Formats: sequence, C-alpha cells, structure tokens
Amino acid sequence: MGTPDFAETFRQEAQELLEQLEQALLDLERTPDDHELIDSAFRALHTIKGSGAMFGFQNVAAFTHGFETAFDQVRKGSVPSSRELIAVALAAKDHIRVLVDEPEAAEAGRGGAILDALRQAVGPAADPAPKEAAADPATGAGPATWHLRIRLGQDVLVNGTNPLLLLDELRSLGPCQGAAVTDAIPTLEEMEGEGCYLGWDVVLTTEHPRSAIEEVFMFVIDDMDLAIERVGAAEGGAAPVPAAHPASSNGEGAPPAGDPPAVKHEAEAGHGAAKTTASLRVQAERLDELMDRVGELVIAQARLTQLAASSTDTHIKSVAEDIERLTAGLRDTTMGIRMVPIGSLFGRFRRLVHDLSRDLGKQVELATIGEETELDKTMIERLADPLVHLIRNAIDHGLEDPQSRAAAGKQETGRIRLIARHAGAEVLVTVSDDGRGLDGERIRAKAEELGLLAPGTALTDAELYQFLFHPGFSTAHEISAVSGRGVGMDVVKRTIETLRGAIDIATTPGQGTQVTLRLPLTLAIIEGLLVRIGEGRYAIPLSAIEECVELSAADDTRSEGRSFLNIRGDLVPFLRLRELFETDTAPDPYQKVVIVSSGDLRVGLVVDQIIGSHQTVIKSLSKLHADVDTFSGATILGDGTVALILDIGHLVERGQAREEKLKARQVEAV
Amino acid sequence: MAVPDGRSLEAVMLGLGGEFFALEAGIVREILDPVPVTEVPGARSFIRGVINVRGKVVPLADLRLCFGMTPAPPTQDTRMVVVEIDLDGDPTTVGILADKVHEVTEIAAASTEEAPRIGMQWRPEFIRRIGKRNDDFVVIPNMERIFS
Repeated sequence: MGTPDFAETFRQEAQELLEQLEQALLDLERTPDDHELIDSAFRALHTIKGSGAMFGFQNVAAFTHGFETAFDQVRKGSVPSSRELIAVALAAKDHIRVLVDEPEAAEAGRGGAILDALRQAVGPAADPAPKEAAADPATGAGPATWHLRIRLGQDVLVNGTNPLLLLDELRSLGPCQGAAVTDAIPTLEEMEGEGCYLGWDVVLTTEHPRSAIEEVFMFVIDDMDLAIERVGAAEGGAAPVPAAHPASSNGEGAPPAGDPPAVKHEAEAGHGAAKTTASLRVQAERLDELMDRVGELVIAQARLTQLAASSTDTHIKSVAEDIERLTAGLRDTTMGIRMVPIGSLFGRFRRLVHDLSRDLGKQVELATIGEETELDKTMIERLADPLVHLIRNAIDHGLEDPQSRAAAGKQETGRIRLIARHAGAEVLVTVSDDGRGLDGERIRAKAEELGLLAPGTALTDAELYQFLFHPGFSTAHEISAVSGRGVGMDVVKRTIETLRGAIDIATTPGQGTQVTLRLPLTLAIIEGLLVRIGEGRYAIPLSAIEECVELSAADDTRSEGRSFLNIRGDLVPFLRLRELFETDTAPDPYQKVVIVSSGDLRVGLVVDQIIGSHQTVIKSLSKLHADVDTFSGATILGDGTVALILDIGHLVERGQAREEKLKARQVEAV
Repeated sequence: MAVPDGRSLEAVMLGLGGEFFALEAGIVREILDPVPVTEVPGARSFIRGVINVRGKVVPLADLRLCFGMTPAPPTQDTRMVVVEIDLDGDPTTVGILADKVHEVTEIAAASTEEAPRIGMQWRPEFIRRIGKRNDDFVVIPNMERIFS
C-alpha cells in the first residue's frame, strides 16, 4: 500500500476522464455548437493521451492521439459535430476503455477501423496537409521563434512525470535548441535523490501557435514556472537567436519571479483546479475498514454506557456521556464520508438510453431529478445493475413506438425519468416512463398459464405486479436483444432484497409506469428498537416502526380467527413472534405490539417486552443461515451477546399472507 | 485433508457425546470458553445458534445432532472450537461445540480406515475416516459435507 501503483492510478483517472468525455459527447449531441463541451471532451482526450504515454500505456496513447487528431477538426470549427460523428466518437471512447482496462481483450483491427470511421466522419479535412494549412492562418504568420524558460516543480519525478518526454514533445513541434539551467542544484547534502533541480532554456522555432507549446506542459502547469516569449518577428524562421541561451545559465535561469508571461492559463487551470478543491482520493477498502472500526467502537461504547448506568460514580457517568456523544459524531461523519451523490450513477444511464433509443428506433428523452441525493457508496455500486434492467424494460416494453404514441395523442418522444429523493430513513429511487402502462389482465393470464396463480384468485394490483419479479416471467410476445427473457426483473428483486430494500410498482394504463426502489440510507449502522421475545432479544429497524401499543386482554384472548388490532379504525393484522419463534417460556402478562410498516402495508409484531433504542451495527449472518429469511442480519449488544435483526419486509409479507388466508377461509365458511 | 494421500494428520482431539472426534489442526482458529449463544429460530437444528467471536457473528454447530447423539447441558469442560472451513470456495467461520478438548496429536494415515458401511448408526458421508487413539476409535468428520 505504501508506494502508489501508477498503472492503477492511471486506470482510475482514465475511468473518470472517460466518463467526462462521454458526458460531453452526449451533451454535444444536443447542443453541437457548445464550445465548452468540445473543449471539455478535448481536454479529457488530451489528458488520457498524456498520462497514458507517461504510464506506459502506449496503445492507449497512440489510439487516443488518432482520436484527438480527428476530433481536433471539430474543435477548430472546421467540421461541425454531427450525430454520426458522436456515434463513432462514443465507440472510440469505448475502445479506449477496453485498451485501458483489459488491453489483451482488445481486437486487433478494431482501433484502426474506428479511427478510419472517425476520419471519415470528420470528412476530407482530416487530411493532415490541409489541416496544417488551416491552422496557420489562424495564428497569423508562418514559423515563429519562441524563448522558453522551463522550471518544473521539484517533485515532478516523484509524481511520475518524465521531463525528457516533455522535451521530446517540444522537439516534435519544430527545431529547437536548449540548455540546462543548473543554478538551482543544491549541495550534495541537501539534495534529495528524486528531486528535479534542473531547469531548461529552450529556443524553439515552430509553425504551431503558442497554445501548442502550452499544451505540452498541460499536466504539470500548476506546479511549474513556464515563461514563453516570442523572439523577434518570424522572418527567416530557421535562425534562432543564439545569444539567448548560453549566457542565460546564470542570471535568467532563476525562477522568473515577476515575469508577466508566466503561464497560468485560465482554461487549463480550470479543469485541474475546479475538481481538486481539497478532495482526496482514498481507497474504498480503507473506508470499509474505517467503518468496521467505528462499528466496533459503537459496540464498545454501548458496553461502557451500560456499565456507567449501573455505577454510582458521577465522573464515570459524565465520561461515558462524552464518549457517547463523540462516538455518535464519529459515526455520522464516517457514514457521511461514504455517502456519494447518486448523480454519478445517473450519469452512466445517459449512454444506455442513447444506445437503446437508437437500437429500438424510439425517441427517448431521459430526465434525472434529485441527482444530489446521497447514498452509501456500496449501495450506489450495487444499484447500477437493477437500474439498467428497469430502464431497459421501461424503454423496450413501457414506451410505445413513435407511431402508436402519435396515435394515442402523445408526444412522439418518450420520457424516462430517474428520480431520487429522501423519505425518512429511506431513499426512494424511481424509474418512470410515460408509456402504455402495465397490462394487468395479461400479467394475470401469464401467471395462470405458468401455474403461479389459481384462476379466479382475487388479488390486489400490487400483488399482481409482484409476479413481474418471478424468475422467467415475461409477458413480451417476442424476445428482443434488449429484454423479454424474464430474467431482468428477477435480478432487480434479488439485488434490492440483499440491500434490505423493497420495490413498489404503480401504473396508469396509457400513461405510464413508475417503479420505485425503496432503500435504506446505509448498510452499516441503523437505529434499532430492541425487544425481548421469550429469552431472546431482537432488534427492529426504527425506520420501519410506526408505533408501539399494548396488546389488550380482549385482543389477546380472542380466537386465532381474528388476529387483528383496531388501530384508530384501521384493521392491522398481527403476528405473535412467540409462536413464530416457537418460544416455550411463559409469556409476559402484558404483551406489547410493535406496529411496523413496509410500503403501504402494516403489521403488528407481538413481543414480550420493549427494551429500548439501540445503535445497531449490522453484521451479516453466515452463509450457513442463508435459509433463514426472518432475519436480515445480526448485531452485537453492549454485553457482547448477539441479537438478531428482524427482516420487516419479510414479516409483513408473512402477516399479509396470513390475513389473506384467513379472509379466504371466512369466505369459504360463508 | 492429508489423510487420504498417505501422510499423517495433525489433529485436535475433541470429546463429544462419549466419542472422540479429530479436527485437522490447520482449520482450527481458536478455542473459546463458552460464550452466550443466541438462538436463531427457524435455522437447521444443528446450527441453531450464533455466537460473537471478536465482533463477528459466527454460527455455532452442535455436531452431536449430526451424529444422532442427544444434546447435553454444558459442563466445566465444554469449549467452543472456532474453525474455518471452505464452503463452495468461500472460507466460512464456524464454531463447534465440544464436551472437552483433548490434546493435539498426530494420526498416522496407515492407522485410519474407511468408515464401515454397515453396523453404524451414523450417516457415512459425514465421516471421512475412522482412526485409533489408544484403544478408542476416533471419528475424522467430513466438515465440508456436514455443512454443505
């Protein structure tokens, strides 16, 4: 862990740059003339090329160079960006990703083919000769001679920059002569092995504009002194000013303090500085480790609080309170570090929508709302797959083709909306379309056909839609490349369940469907209510609890046939956890009911005693207990024993199922 | 396990329900004095509990139930042996209840035999080999099979 792995760092950086590139390209499609976007794409490309070469990704650098050359036409404005061009550019971007991530998987001829296509897309102007010609008039006249004073930051070598490569790149611009400036070399005792103490004085004659020279230093410009001066007029061109450099080794080589042309180009500084505002790249596993430690601390603190409560020493009590407060703060901060805005995830889907819209011949507009909503990092990563499936489904099955839309009096362009928002201790992520809506009859028919449902069974809409998540369930008449195999929704359901979330579906025929994923804010620590059932203690996520009531003697003694509570006029079914857990100790005289909800459904859980709130550090149960679905995990209590966490979604389902059964029985009895 | 390919096996000897069991020493992580066990309602009977092992929630297995013995209340000698076994490629930590932990010993491969198919009330697939300790028999259980 000590020495950074440069190749890995490059991969991560490239990943971000490629995302930036993709966003810019997709935006360009809508606003082809936006120069800022073109520049942003170009900068991303240029950085990939530069760092690729620096870290030994020669293939990446070479391919990106070709890409950049073609794209340069767009930047110079000689070729407008077009749909075709963007399509090829996106393919090229994908190819770079392959080259970066798994070079051995790249097809041999693919790079060349893409570059050819790119050249085609930017048209005949891509021919190198006219390009040079086009560039020149812009800068004014032919070759010019420049005097450069270069002093790199002392730590450039440590950061992985090779000054020789920079000088080589300068040389590629035109004939140049240089001399090293040695006056800053310290005495041997003061010298650090990896420090860069040399400066360079270079006289360069080139046809390229000043910006081309500045570009050479693009990646190091923030940490260096660079002075670029134009020497005389450009007549003759080939004759550099000879006196300038040999003499300079003494006086001029020193950092040019008051030199006005010291380059701090706004545009360049912009892309580096804007993003580095005091942010730090940290390995994800270190964060996980930190979270684990905080979890242990929370448990130890709970133990201390318990001890302090039984002590008479007021000093101990006050220290325990301080520790409690500090721990809570540390916990919140740590969880905050892990929170990432969901926008980073939403951004990825623009490409998906773009490609699907093209493949399926449907015009689709993607709107994202609530991108700033924050979610645990792990959760965001795990959400990507389910959302891909939901979006595919929405576009393929939900949205009609343009003709049908027009016939139905809708806009031809379908709308997919991705919405994220907080609701209590949950985050709701909704994928909604304005398509044809779900066909309840068809779902029912299919469910009956597959034998999942006895014909004629009365079901609520919500229950009916749950069949969509059944493995292999698809109402699509044809299987397309995109969807229809009935696998996707099953994946969605399973992933969301492992995240301790739930899925709601709402639909209006002819107007669209909304699929909402309800997710807990974090996977690590929750507030829980500790209850006792028999001799066992269990934690219930506080976010799921609506209220606690006492089980009245009347409700308690009533027959099995009516396990309902009357909560302010609403009938709420209840589950006796003592029965469920086969507890054989005597029940407490006054049983309590914890009313929990999951979605629109409520159920009461009858417990012996409510102990109190508890900071629940969630520990997963062993694989050997994967068959037990009543519990979503476990936590460790202040005294070191383990308490199980009730899986509310599952219990509510169970309670509802029982209610249905009882209802059915009553109907039969009548 | 090293037994089948002819080398000797270094094993931790456990007493369980009057029988001797040999656990390969390499999989044993630690031996604990009994800690409070939390029951997991609905779990398979021989792994009905979980314990806290240094902040991890670990299932506790009572092998007596796999070998048709009756559970007995803990005594002064009762220990929990924490082992790590490989289940479908995932290293899984499990606690095993033992009436008593005896010595660590070498069992020569030559002294072990296949489990007899007849005359045994135990499920043969749970037993890898049968060895000898002085005049007693030693069961070398097949942990992977028991937990899969």
